[in-house]
Amino acid sequence: MSTQTADTLLSFEEALERFDPAMGLEVHVELNTVTKMFCGCSTEFGAEPNTQTCPTCLGLPGSLPVVNGKAVESAIRIGLALNCEIAEWCRFARKNYFYPDMPKNFQTSQYDEPIAFDGWTEVTLLDGEGAGETFRVEIERAHMEEDTGKSLHVGTSGRIHGADYSLVDYNRAGIPLIEIVTRPITGAREKAPAVARAYVAHLRDLLLGLGVSDVRMEQGSLRCDVNLSLAPRVSAGSTTDVPLGTRTETKNVNSLRSVERAARYEISRQAAILVEGGSVLQETRHWHEDTGITTSGREKSDAEDYRYFPEPDLVPVAPSRAWVEELRATLPEPPREHRARLQALWGFADLEMRDVVAAGAIPVIEATVAAGTTPQAARKWWLSDLARRANEQGVDLSDLPITPEQVARVQALVDEGALNDKLARQVIDGVVAGEGDPDAVVAARGLAIVSDEGALGDAVDRAIEANPDVAAKIRDGKVAAAGALIGVVMKDMRGQADAGRVRELIIEKLS
Amino acid sequence: MSAADLLRRSAAELADALASGETTSVELTRASLDRIADVDGAVHAFLHVDAEGALAQAAASDARRAAGAPASALDGVPIAVKDVLATEGLPTTCGSRILEGWVPPYDATVVARLRAAGLPILGKTNMDEFAMGSSTEHSAYGPTHNPWDLDRIPGGSGGGSAAAVASFEAPLALGTDTGGSIRQPGAVTGTVGVKPTYGGVSRYGLVAMANSLDQVGPVTRTVLDSALLHEVIGGHDPLDSTSIDQPLPDLVAAARLGASGDMSGVRIGVIRELGGEGYQAGVQQRFDEAVRLLVAAGAEVVEVSCPSFVHALAAYYLIMPSEASSNLARFDAMRYGLRVIPEGVENPSAEEVMRATRDAGFGDEVKRRIILGTYALSSGYYDAYYGQAQKVRTLISRDFEAAFAQADVLVSPTAPTTAFRIGEKLDDPVAMYLNDIATIPANLAGVPGLSLPAGLAPEDGLPVGFQVLAPALADERLYRVGAALESLLEKEWGGPLLDRAPALEGARR
Amino acid sequence: MPEISRDEVAHLATLARIELSDAELDHLAPQLSVILESIASIAEVAAADIPPTSHAVPLTNVFRADEPRPGLTAEQALSGAPEAEQQRFAVPRILGDEQ
Repeated sequence: MSTQTADTLLSFEEALERFDPAMGLEVHVELNTVTKMFCGCSTEFGAEPNTQTCPTCLGLPGSLPVVNGKAVESAIRIGLALNCEIAEWCRFARKNYFYPDMPKNFQTSQYDEPIAFDGWTEVTLLDGEGAGETFRVEIERAHMEEDTGKSLHVGTSGRIHGADYSLVDYNRAGIPLIEIVTRPITGAREKAPAVARAYVAHLRDLLLGLGVSDVRMEQGSLRCDVNLSLAPRVSAGSTTDVPLGTRTETKNVNSLRSVERAARYEISRQAAILVEGGSVLQETRHWHEDTGITTSGREKSDAEDYRYFPEPDLVPVAPSRAWVEELRATLPEPPREHRARLQALWGFADLEMRDVVAAGAIPVIEATVAAGTTPQAARKWWLSDLARRANEQGVDLSDLPITPEQVARVQALVDEGALNDKLARQVIDGVVAGEGDPDAVVAARGLAIVSDEGALGDAVDRAIEANPDVAAKIRDGKVAAAGALIGVVMKDMRGQADAGRVRELIIEKLS
Repeated sequence: MSAADLLRRSAAELADALASGETTSVELTRASLDRIADVDGAVHAFLHVDAEGALAQAAASDARRAAGAPASALDGVPIAVKDVLATEGLPTTCGSRILEGWVPPYDATVVARLRAAGLPILGKTNMDEFAMGSSTEHSAYGPTHNPWDLDRIPGGSGGGSAAAVASFEAPLALGTDTGGSIRQPGAVTGTVGVKPTYGGVSRYGLVAMANSLDQVGPVTRTVLDSALLHEVIGGHDPLDSTSIDQPLPDLVAAARLGASGDMSGVRIGVIRELGGEGYQAGVQQRFDEAVRLLVAAGAEVVEVSCPSFVHALAAYYLIMPSEASSNLARFDAMRYGLRVIPEGVENPSAEEVMRATRDAGFGDEVKRRIILGTYALSSGYYDAYYGQAQKVRTLISRDFEAAFAQADVLVSPTAPTTAFRIGEKLDDPVAMYLNDIATIPANLAGVPGLSLPAGLAPEDGLPVGFQVLAPALADERLYRVGAALESLLEKEWGGPLLDRAPALEGARR
Repeated sequence: MPEISRDEVAHLATLARIELSDAELDHLAPQLSVILESIASIAEVAAADIPPTSHAVPLTNVFRADEPRPGLTAEQALSGAPEAEQQRFAVPRILGDEQ
């Protein structure tokens, strides 16, 4: 059994008073190519086990790899979007180590010759303190490699440790991965965890914009490893170089929120060790989503020796400059320019736009607007009701079980007068609850506005009769008092009336 | 026509006999199978014989002929396949315990091309485990015996394919050559073997020893037969990234042209570093005589120097084990092959099972090379070993370039000695490695090479091999010069060298 | 060039996942030393300005179109498996982590 007990922690605030965190983020992105990195097997998610394999991705004796050209293209486009240099000539290399879900017992990867290197990108903090502030993150490299198979651990605990045996499915083995590695991010101080999260969110949006990956963190198509170390805090203005401390590598942190939490946890954990005079072990750690802690994995030792050498079965990749420029021309607008353009187009105030960015709502609002809703209406839906739900469920807006098209349809029904705001919210409830499309929810729940003038007139008459004093005020010209009567009518109609029409009827009858 | 007569014919002659209706594929295939039943107890060239499959393929071939639609010139001529090539439905063991009983679910590209061309596959031939050796003694399934003297080695690693052809069990065979595994067995068994230009024949389905050196090639009794077979298996394969996307030169035409024996205008370079000291006297003598024959036929001879060749063996014994150590990592008891549960360990882990399986499943030579390769690739040693060996490769290629500026082909003895006795060098790896000293440079540079019989060494009466090397992509030169020398020699001998080999009928084991 | 010690061979065997017995270690270590000695000359050969050759034939940019090709059925994929369960390869318990 792995020990899943929490370590001693120092409070985050105290930790930062004494130490400066340095972070390196390694993100693995599964590309959305139709076929695998080195063979023609399908990459579709969720197939029956071992139905998407061939001699090559199963590592059968005699099989050979052939590079998927589309994956190289995607790698170059990612590199360009991250302002990287693109190698004029680079090779694949074998990373040798034994692991049962790796069919060849070496991973075909890139070593000292990555396809893209020396880049940078700018990320904007999403929320909390410093929201809207931007940080520049230096990109060390982005390289191509392949994914491994998936093991199912059978036994008492269901986890690796304590399992009696494992069952391996190689459908995922060989799916193209791009590993994007940052240089150490320093100087972010207490914002470091937020920067980590913002960086991953930024990458996600950027990759989505490039159309190279589904970037579904919950399916593992974007995975983040957080390298973190602490150095004693340097007083402001000091120029002394403080060496980086021993780092830990927290593996497979698979949601935006967890990236931030894992970084915070490691800061508190390492600080507690250091203030006690201990030293941080260089090791791999595991993030536990449920308990919010990291636990010790494998110790990184000198004995670990991957024996890299150039992959003899593949020939070098030498992208011509013409090809690189051709690919550069296909890049979408960079996120910052994109944001500025949308803000102008949508007419949002700075504050409004900041909230939109912080909520990660640009793509969904864009899609909702594209489906015919006004920008303000789209913003209203996604930043109020839906943002609250996403928060409650701890998921991203795009992961809510409602599509921008469905939101647009609800707004269209409001604009047509078929729904009012209150009813519309109930329709949204229904869609999110899985009751179907907005029209289906309206029909099933009977939520349409009653436009039967007779019924509406009767309800108005009843309200006037029951509230003679209010009616008198209106008769005397105090039109503002109509609000009280509208409330009574709406209640009578169980909300299914158009408040504007009710108002008209009241004033008609009392004038 | 008697079965014995059929067996001794070349593949080209058999193709003619099939075309003229003089014989059938079933008849030929049955004759080969009978011969195997007769002599393979003594020779042990085969690890697996597929009589049923071969006869079915032969019958299908005969049906195609009858319908007037043969699939190729060699349609119906049976062939043996080295056990390092994946054959769907036929066991593929690579001479190793670790793959005992493994039946691949796919065909190597060369095997698929044999099937498409209609050649019935007789079975799988013996080899040093994972092609690691020069004697076929490192097969986990016992050694193959040299048909010229059953107490001697047939060369290696492809001793099974060479012995099958030399003992008339099969007219054709496929071999693989990483450092000489086609050419050196050819030399010591009096047969013809060709290592094509690297990238000229697909490696897809060839269980790799050293990926950057391995090539599949023909193992035959005549130069023309090698050309015919080379044309069947060669050419671009999109499944092999290192495969050359160019049409093959006309190899059969080159062999037919060469058979006239006219060598005028051809410049022959004798490699100074591959001969003399370290070469058996009778080997050197037959080589020198052959060169004189070529000169008499009009060739111009120059001596060329390739000074870096002295480092070829060292470079080879770093690159090959390095690549092999990584290639063989996949044999881990998880997905296929042997699984050994270690004794006395309760609920052993995957790692413990891997370790036990790899200890039990690999032989000594394989373990030596895996350890050596692991060492050479280790951080701290990489630059001194693997990196340095890659530079030597560059130097060797430059030597070849300079030499080919002076000569159309280069020549040398194929192996420094004739066949040695079984067991003689088994536990002296360095002595064993020296067998490949003349063949290795071609693999390091990727250039093509051919070995053909040059006669018998006077001191022991055993076959001597003559090696011809050509520039990359100029494989046709091998066939032109090889066929010329073959016809000149056979004129002297009054027939093929193999006519002088022991009959083997009723041979004891 | 260093001789290869018995301990070093044991360490390499661990890296290569081969369980070598004491007898095997005794047998292999001296043989490996002899082999290494015979190839030691390589260290002095090539100068720094010689480019390494990793591929005998200088090809670049060999790519495949991103089009699916039929692969193996699950039955074929599992045909060589020492053990299989639930259409998956059954392997002994895994120690340690993925890298």
